[in-house]
Amino acid sequence: MPDTRHFGRIAATGIVVLGAAGAFLYLGGWFSPKALTPARFADGFERVDGIYSGFRLNHAKGVCVSGSFASNSRGTRLSKAVVFKAGRVPIIGRFSLAGGNPYVADEPEMVRGLGLLFKLPDGEEWRTAMINTPVFGVHTPKAFYDRLLASQPDPKTGKPDPEKMAAFLASHPEAVQANKINQSHPPSSGFDNSTFYGLNAFWFTNVSGTSIPVRWSMVPVQAFAAANTTEPRPDKNYLFDALIAAIHQQPLQWRLIITIGQPGDPTNDATIPWPDTREQVDVGTLTLDHVESEDGLEDMETGPCRDINVDPLVLPEGMAPSDDPLLSARSAVYSQSFTRRAGEKKLPSAVTPSEVLK
Amino acid sequence: MSTGAATEQRQFTARMRFFHWLTAAMVLTMLGIGLAMVASLAYYHRLISIHRPLGILVLIVVVIRYINRRYSTLPPFLPTMSQRERKVASASELLLYTLLIVQPLVGWGMLSAARYPIMLYGSLHLFPILPHNVMLYAVLRRAHTILAYLLSLTILAHFGAILFHTWVLRDGIFNRMAPWRVRAH
Repeated sequence: MPDTRHFGRIAATGIVVLGAAGAFLYLGGWFSPKALTPARFADGFERVDGIYSGFRLNHAKGVCVSGSFASNSRGTRLSKAVVFKAGRVPIIGRFSLAGGNPYVADEPEMVRGLGLLFKLPDGEEWRTAMINTPVFGVHTPKAFYDRLLASQPDPKTGKPDPEKMAAFLASHPEAVQANKINQSHPPSSGFDNSTFYGLNAFWFTNVSGTSIPVRWSMVPVQAFAAANTTEPRPDKNYLFDALIAAIHQQPLQWRLIITIGQPGDPTNDATIPWPDTREQVDVGTLTLDHVESEDGLEDMETGPCRDINVDPLVLPEGMAPSDDPLLSARSAVYSQSFTRRAGEKKLPSAVTPSEVLK
Repeated sequence: MSTGAATEQRQFTARMRFFHWLTAAMVLTMLGIGLAMVASLAYYHRLISIHRPLGILVLIVVVIRYINRRYSTLPPFLPTMSQRERKVASASELLLYTLLIVQPLVGWGMLSAARYPIMLYGSLHLFPILPHNVMLYAVLRRAHTILAYLLSLTILAHFGAILFHTWVLRDGIFNRMAPWRVRAH
């Protein structure tokens, strides 16, 4: 056995092994306890909005829809993605309201979301999570996190501290500018006549290998009507109830519009709109003809959208993320949110199975 | 090399050494990427886009490596290793093989249970091996982390044992698996 003369060599062995372990822990962020990680982002949502077992950390209140997307094949010029070939693909979707409270009372000014999953015939998928504002309110993950913390309700008043939000806006002129643009597009009366925007830029590549920067939106076929923001809300689920009634009456439709960016159009800043003069291509029609509670058709079931992560970076070949820093961060935090709720016992959703049936 | 008795063999075969170093490079990369990606917002997507196909590649390589090992002649243990140490070495080798095969399967399985499309490269993707079940996903996702740490610790122990033999006992154990050829003398 080694004696004391070997002490130096034993120590060297120990130091090298510990060094190797330390390098791995460093990679895993163990020595940077203040860095903004997906887990700390998720903790931020839970701190501000509270913990609701089994729900998404953001856009917690929602309802499942399904239907199909019919491509008119005009998108094949832009991208080789299978979704743009002429034909129809099945859709699973989810309408939602922004925020982490799944039981929040519907308000017309709340940000509305539409998440879609396109099931492509070759087994690929395209998932996109959109909202009803033309631009995003912040341009970096850190700014999103800071705005989230600034919106935390004061335990005394139950409302966000206006000074904190003012301080956030004072240091984020791009957020002020984005708010102005979004306020110039007042909300529509319901989910059915809302335009939903993909916000972030992506790259499309067609069969001949040409790549172009794009943004996309879903423009409703249903006629626009301004939201009534003055009268009292008829019900805490009134936006969802109206959506359910509209789908029961007739299928709802949106046109998928691809906006093509030009050199110089920012792809890394979702707060800045591209000029109105950019070419827009109508590539097909989304039809939603079925609505279901997240808790299924009857109690103890599961709606088709509930256990799906609408990760905006689940893309088919022919689409790729841009350099927008929000995209990777969204993917990372959505994954964290999905993993947390997957292991939690799900509480009943606000929009119940019986509410959808009536 | 001698054509005589098997005891003359001092090194693992060239093919075994090739597989060892290939696996080592791939697995260390995988562990590094895995640790970094779960802590990163900015690089998450880029890292996971490498992690998925590389994990499947590890599975394929390790299965081929294990088959190759079964049909190869192994050099004898060094006299510096006690009976107990030989048992520990054999057990840890088995543990490493098990982890290297189970870990990619758990990764594949958890993506299946989460109903993610398991994209490898371009439009190439894998079929799901488990039904869509988020509770199952949650369990496997946790298992994937635990197995990653267990794998890291096993590799560290292996690395530490080789360093100890090489630097402290100076028995030339490294030569057995050296990437280059070491002649008998």
